[in-house]
Amino acid sequence: MILTTIESVPNLRTVEHMGLVSGSTVRSKHVGRDLMAGLKNIFGGELKGYTELLNEAREEAVARMVKQAEALGANAVVNVRFSTSAVAAGAAELYAYGTAVRVE
Amino acid sequence: MADIIVFILLVACGYFIGGHRERSHYRSIFARERATLELTLLSGKAIDPAWQIAQAALVTGVCVISVDYFKSVAAGLRNLIGGRVSAYESLIDRARREALLRMKAQAAALGGKVVVINVRLETSSISGMKADGRSGQVASVEVIAYGTALALA
Repeated sequence: MILTTIESVPNLRTVEHMGLVSGSTVRSKHVGRDLMAGLKNIFGGELKGYTELLNEAREEAVARMVKQAEALGANAVVNVRFSTSAVAAGAAELYAYGTAVRVE
Repeated sequence: MADIIVFILLVACGYFIGGHRERSHYRSIFARERATLELTLLSGKAIDPAWQIAQAALVTGVCVISVDYFKSVAAGLRNLIGGRVSAYESLIDRARREALLRMKAQAAALGGKVVVINVRLETSSISGMKADGRSGQVASVEVIAYGTALALA
């Protein structure tokens, strides 16, 4: 599966469009992570636990999008975008979407 | 009285330790930015016809950075009179540049000469409960940087 953020896949011709595919994950933080974040709010610096969490969420969202594209018979997703939104206190959504295509 | 002492202690902690962390983070950012100057990031999606593209792949970089206590107090005071909140400007700047550097590292792993085109940045913050259960904002900024890495032959 080839993923790009541009309209096409370089060197390859788009032969078929399968439409929009997307994947999302809603993540929340556990108490341990929040406790450390509370401390970090005093000293500043990177929240490693959250960075890890965001990374996992991104991987999961992309994996779900890819699965959906595979089910449609696509071999690439072009114009991939990420979007984040806060659902409720303590939970945040990460949404990945793109256009599933077949390229040759 | 004890409250005031704790408050001053927290502000001092934030000012000295947070300030030190920010300076060392900036030093690391500058050093890595210089080291990766060869790797071009473009926000446009135009492909130079002269490029011999061997591979195209999605690359991403993620970073979450928290404020320190001094910064949140300084920003709170700034809220009273308005204007530029420089305490938060450096925070967002660090998060963005760190995310871009991580994306660059992922792109460099493709090997050879790499150009990243159509670079996008997505910024948000995780709002939530504080450690003690009170509702509040863990003042942090999270950035996702992503783009299409083209490995050039």
